[in-house]
Amino acid sequence: MRVDVMIIGAGAAGMAAAIKAKEEGAEVLLVERDDRTGGILNQCIHNGFGLHYFKQELTGPEYAERFQEKMDKLGIKAVTNAYVKQIGNREVILVTEKGIERIEVGALVYAVGARERPFGSLMIPGDRPSGIFTAGVAQRLINIENHLPGKRALILGSGDIGLIMARRLVLEGMEVVGVVERLPYPGGLLRNVVQCLEDYDIPLYLSSTVVEVRGRERLEEVVVAKVDESFNPIPGTEKVFKIDTLVVSAGLIPQLKLVDSLVNKNPTSKGVATSNIGQTSTDWIFSAGNCTAVFDLVDYVTYEGETAGKYAAKFVKGEVKGGRIPIKPGKNAAVVHPLWYIPIEPLTLYIRVKRPMEKGRLVAGKFERVFEDLVPSEMLRVRIPDRYLEGLDEIVVSIEEVI
Amino acid sequence: MKAVVIGAGVFGALVARELTRYDLEVTLIEKNLDVGWGVTKANSAIVHAGYDDPPETVRARFCAKGNAMYEELSKELDFEFKRVGSFVVAFNDEELKELERLLKQGEKNGVPGLRILERDELLSMEPSLNPEIKYALYAPTAGITEPWMVAIAAVENAVKNGLKLVLGERVTGFEKANGRVKKVITDKNEYEADIVINCAGLYADEIAKMAGVEYVPIHPRKGEYILLDKKLQGLVRRVIFPAPTKISKGILVLPTVDGGILLGPTAEDLPQDMKDRPITTREGLEKVRSFTKRLVPSIDLSLAIKTFSGLRPESPQKDFFIGVSESVKNFVNVMATRSPGLTAAPAVAKYVVEELIQEKMKLQLMKKESFDPHREGIKRYASLPLEEWQKEIEKDPRAGRMVCFCNEVTEKEIVEAIRRGARTLDGIKFRTRAMFGRCQGGFCMVKIMKILARELGVDICEIRMNSKGSWVVNGKVRE
Repeated sequence: MRVDVMIIGAGAAGMAAAIKAKEEGAEVLLVERDDRTGGILNQCIHNGFGLHYFKQELTGPEYAERFQEKMDKLGIKAVTNAYVKQIGNREVILVTEKGIERIEVGALVYAVGARERPFGSLMIPGDRPSGIFTAGVAQRLINIENHLPGKRALILGSGDIGLIMARRLVLEGMEVVGVVERLPYPGGLLRNVVQCLEDYDIPLYLSSTVVEVRGRERLEEVVVAKVDESFNPIPGTEKVFKIDTLVVSAGLIPQLKLVDSLVNKNPTSKGVATSNIGQTSTDWIFSAGNCTAVFDLVDYVTYEGETAGKYAAKFVKGEVKGGRIPIKPGKNAAVVHPLWYIPIEPLTLYIRVKRPMEKGRLVAGKFERVFEDLVPSEMLRVRIPDRYLEGLDEIVVSIEEVI
Repeated sequence: MKAVVIGAGVFGALVARELTRYDLEVTLIEKNLDVGWGVTKANSAIVHAGYDDPPETVRARFCAKGNAMYEELSKELDFEFKRVGSFVVAFNDEELKELERLLKQGEKNGVPGLRILERDELLSMEPSLNPEIKYALYAPTAGITEPWMVAIAAVENAVKNGLKLVLGERVTGFEKANGRVKKVITDKNEYEADIVINCAGLYADEIAKMAGVEYVPIHPRKGEYILLDKKLQGLVRRVIFPAPTKISKGILVLPTVDGGILLGPTAEDLPQDMKDRPITTREGLEKVRSFTKRLVPSIDLSLAIKTFSGLRPESPQKDFFIGVSESVKNFVNVMATRSPGLTAAPAVAKYVVEELIQEKMKLQLMKKESFDPHREGIKRYASLPLEEWQKEIEKDPRAGRMVCFCNEVTEKEIVEAIRRGARTLDGIKFRTRAMFGRCQGGFCMVKIMKILARELGVDICEIRMNSKGSWVVNGKVRE
């Protein structure tokens, strides 16, 4: 079998890519390992999705449904319960319950998202009882499987998923004794700190972490301690919480497995490195969404998916031309995406700062703009007009603190 | 005649299997809900070459012998065993003396192929090692395996040959008459016995006390480990030991059979009442980190996927305690099976049945014609050539439905594991490697719970991680 554009992953990025590639005239094949399209959106039943893209607040499933409807109209049918065994040279080996197929592709859009950092990788000492879940697993259990993960919980990590899960657990009748964050500031969006913790009187313990878990069979208690600047626990600050459930929200890791040996990585995001059109270092492989960088908003993922899908289709038609100008992370830039600029499409930069700043001046090529209240947890998304990039050999992106 | 084996770790499992070669009614009693969940579950998974044990010890008598049996055993029972070889490294001339001592000791113990390598050769074989290492004792016969699979496979094969497996029952006492055990009593049943073999691992001393036989006191010696992602496959190809100290073989770096890298163990003697607490500690994990970094400087702990700890049954004599009781004539102890227990187990099992039971106890056992030594492992579909995998999917579509993406485990393998006796999440994990990969079940645990509930015909709330109290979910969100 041969297709113009194959898209791996039918989450927000993959669905957007499939739609745009099809609209661009390509024959598309969208494959998904889960039993339905939508990806993680399906379990995100809270609202707050779509403010940018649709200018209205939707739940995760509603947001996904809009794209599914569009796909239906365009006649794009996703192949679900599909496992990509391997990506070769313009060839993908796909395994489903119908059998194994080698698919020849004109271009590929790799849109497989991120995975959660598991408890085991945090190297927290103690017992190994049941009752320790990543936030995504807890969320899936409650919102999709209709089962509660426990009775009394502590959340480790104040990223958005951790904050949202704290509220969800309370709403569904569990007790949440607190959220623990090792940084001196919350890891998630400010609006989530207010709407998920403050509104429900859930304490947030900053500069703290879980230093031990205890329980012979099911989790019985955890020990929380304050940490110093290098995250080492401070003796004497230990506090014991009697809980049966620990929800770990320790961050997301872009999934690279299938393309690990095929494409360059973005050292700042730990994801697949792409240009502003979603093209990777291997010309026929495009990538978008949380496998390139972990984004704050699904709306951003959709924009990225659309661009990658559109240009993957154009690539097949031979319409992607022109050199790439490298984008280099400079001072105070913790994450910079994309890593190359091809002047056939305007440049939208995504940046995370290294540390909180009251005021900072973003410099990208000849472009400069001052932003206020910069924090690492809130990604900057900045459209850079072409005129600021003309004639450059490289684009250095940095943020200068303005005092 | 009836034989009862207590404890279904590698020792109990292999002894039970050995007994099913004969015309005997064999019962294997295990307190846990599955086999291989005690000492067997968490150790370094090494089949040692056998140079480490002083020649006068019982350990030395069985180590190299057990090692030599692994090839055939792994073929008969279809578990993974890789004879990867091992290095004991020396950073200086003083440690070189230690290697020379081990070389001599190994030769006395009958370990084949030992030789000392110099820097250039050892670095060409293991390029990731610290370039300051000057020498290495190379033992080509050392190997790696999955210890729990040895137990699972041996029990499956024994069941095929007539073993009665009893899970979730704790031995609470013995009924004796005329200086012999007549019955083994558990918290749920009684079992008549003409022969009793005590393979109760950490608890073997307590079982021996109940039976009123000789014993050595057992205390747990704890080893903490860090498991690293498969991404590092090939970082080392062999088991890398530092030069040993009086206390232990040291903290090592080794490959696991499925491509990960294992670091550890620490060696910490714990009091007797800590037999059920294999906990990791900050100090222990830090020790593992710093000691292994000295051997392989490029070790990157950001690729850690799991930390765990295991307990080994240690005695003051630091040696196995194996024999027929003097006071209770039909009782055999297999105790204090600390390192190299896993390696020695096949040889010990043969010794127990052929020499202790048949010669020492003078019991005439009749070989069964029908004994079949072969067991077939659960097929790993994703490792098959594509054409074969395709045929399997045509036969059963579940072979094409991937459940665990990290370790490529299909629904068919999960269902097969349940058919073979997995009743818990850990039961699935140890049989199939699902949930054993880098995401640690983040994507597949919920799916596996649903498959378990469906296949067993129970509610998802009944699913346990391992023991009875290790519940996973607590009722429905709403009816």
